[in-house]
Amino acid sequence: MAHTNQHIILKTEQLSIGYKSKKVPTIIASNIQIELQKGELIGLVGANGIGKSTLLRTLTNVQESLKGNIYIHNKLLSNYTSEELAKSMSLVLTEPIASKNLSVFELVALGRHPYTNWVGNLNTKDMESIHQALSLTNIETLKHKKCFELSDGQLQKVLIARALAQDTDLIILDEPTTHLDMYHKAYILKLLQKLVKETNKTILFSSHEIDLAIQLCDKMIVMTQETVITDAPCNLISKGVFNSLFPEDLIVFNKHTGSFRVKK
Amino acid sequence: MPKTNTYTLSFIALIFILIICFFMNIGLGSVSIPIQAVFKSFIGTLDHESWSYIIQDYRLPKAITAILVGSGLGISGLLMQTLFRNPLAGPFVLGISSGASLGVALVILGSGIFGGMFASLLISKWSVVIAASLGSFLVLLAVLVVSSRVRDTMAILIIGLMFGSITAAIVSVLSYFSSAEQLQQYIFWGFGSLGNLSWNELFIFLIVYCFGMLLSILSIKGLNTLLLGENYAKSLGLNIKKSRFVIILATSLLAGTITAFAGPIAFIGLAIPHITRQVFNTSNHKILLPAVFLFGAIIMLICDSIAQLPTSDYTLPINAITSLIGAPVVIWLLVRKRKMIF
Repeated sequence: MAHTNQHIILKTEQLSIGYKSKKVPTIIASNIQIELQKGELIGLVGANGIGKSTLLRTLTNVQESLKGNIYIHNKLLSNYTSEELAKSMSLVLTEPIASKNLSVFELVALGRHPYTNWVGNLNTKDMESIHQALSLTNIETLKHKKCFELSDGQLQKVLIARALAQDTDLIILDEPTTHLDMYHKAYILKLLQKLVKETNKTILFSSHEIDLAIQLCDKMIVMTQETVITDAPCNLISKGVFNSLFPEDLIVFNKHTGSFRVKK
Repeated sequence: MPKTNTYTLSFIALIFILIICFFMNIGLGSVSIPIQAVFKSFIGTLDHESWSYIIQDYRLPKAITAILVGSGLGISGLLMQTLFRNPLAGPFVLGISSGASLGVALVILGSGIFGGMFASLLISKWSVVIAASLGSFLVLLAVLVVSSRVRDTMAILIIGLMFGSITAAIVSVLSYFSSAEQLQQYIFWGFGSLGNLSWNELFIFLIVYCFGMLLSILSIKGLNTLLLGENYAKSLGLNIKKSRFVIILATSLLAGTITAFAGPIAFIGLAIPHITRQVFNTSNHKILLPAVFLFGAIIMLICDSIAQLPTSDYTLPINAITSLIGAPVVIWLLVRKRKMIF
């Protein structure tokens, strides 16, 4: 038992998420059981407003859970200090970065924040991590560009590189494919798959690109009104989970193509 | 960062300009003193008694005050612009100068209400300094209490502006009931002045200034992380509440003492960080902080030299000069570069 536990990066037990407002808590989803192994690419999908963001916010300790436990490396999330958590988990958020005047190198270098000294000087180990992150994401040529000169797709790669430079076992991305064209959506998700293979990190992302996620992910977390199911994409398809993802009046899931079709 | 070295030349040039401006500022005034004489007075070999008196008791403390005021306001402006992610923020957005104004207004304008006997007692140099410090300190305290409760940094910005409105309203009520002489005195304080500090006052000013500066230097790493936005900064392990507290405290100490000793100096705090960013083209606070220090000191020295109207007997209000010189510079920089760096 202890042996298999070593590879579990993130685990939830009987997790309930939602908002505590005044006396009555608003439960968004309950009884969530997730187990993410080392070296897995996991896609989190669900309809708008189902609670994907709330789940990610809870897993990243931005908001408190209502019930249940979250473990990272077999240690309770609530027992982590913010510095320890910064060394175990890095994020790519949907919000734009505050200053676009940073150069790509400076932005990626900020990922080293948890490791640098009081004034933020970079040592050789930091430089190594930064250069590795830049080369893994293929953005070495952009190094000296300012962020306001980049396209949305390039900026997303830079933000992923920053998360890589933070040198954590777990990377969580909140909708990394929004605002991107079809090619770059596939490019970013394919890049995530490559990173998982090459670095053996665990990457969890939320996305609306269900058909792409089905093709690329090792595991998917599907949030529906009733439950939260985690399984390999092919098992989820054979169980018919995707049919209950959206109301069936407009689009239906096609088992054979693994994608949604508009009803004629 | 590796690019740091490319800035070395600019820094050497700026330090050189600062030294020239410093001596020029001491030399210029209603009585022109040649540079050689200024040098001589520093090494103690000047045998011109009135010159040496002017330099040691008036011009030297004024030049040092100008350096402290310019650099201090510039740096507190930089801290506020980064903390609030707002290019319009300056050292006084938290209501510090309005707090100081309120304190001074209560002493100068309110002295009429306390009766004629107190009036002469109250309006001494120190009472104005103490009132300004107390006023800005109270506003700062209110802002800090609020900032520990409010999660959103933008809310603090609004609250600071509200404090400003409240104090401005009280000041107008007070001035409505005041005599013309009192109003004039209050308005004169509002013009700002660098030249009224004795060595003792300068010493106290310097101690508080150094403390504020130290806190600013300790905030460099946090400030750089805040460039990503608060949520990213948090995910990098930055304690937002603590950094925010330290940054606000540093600003308040710097801007608060400067306002107390030199009056509400306009514009410098807002403009210097922009001028620096245009010239250095970076957001890295490790570069910006010393650069803002140098630019602030240089521009304040130049403004003060102009305000003295060399060889004439008049002295213009420093507050008018900072805006007259500074605003066109910022406009020129923005028009020339066609983009705002922030």
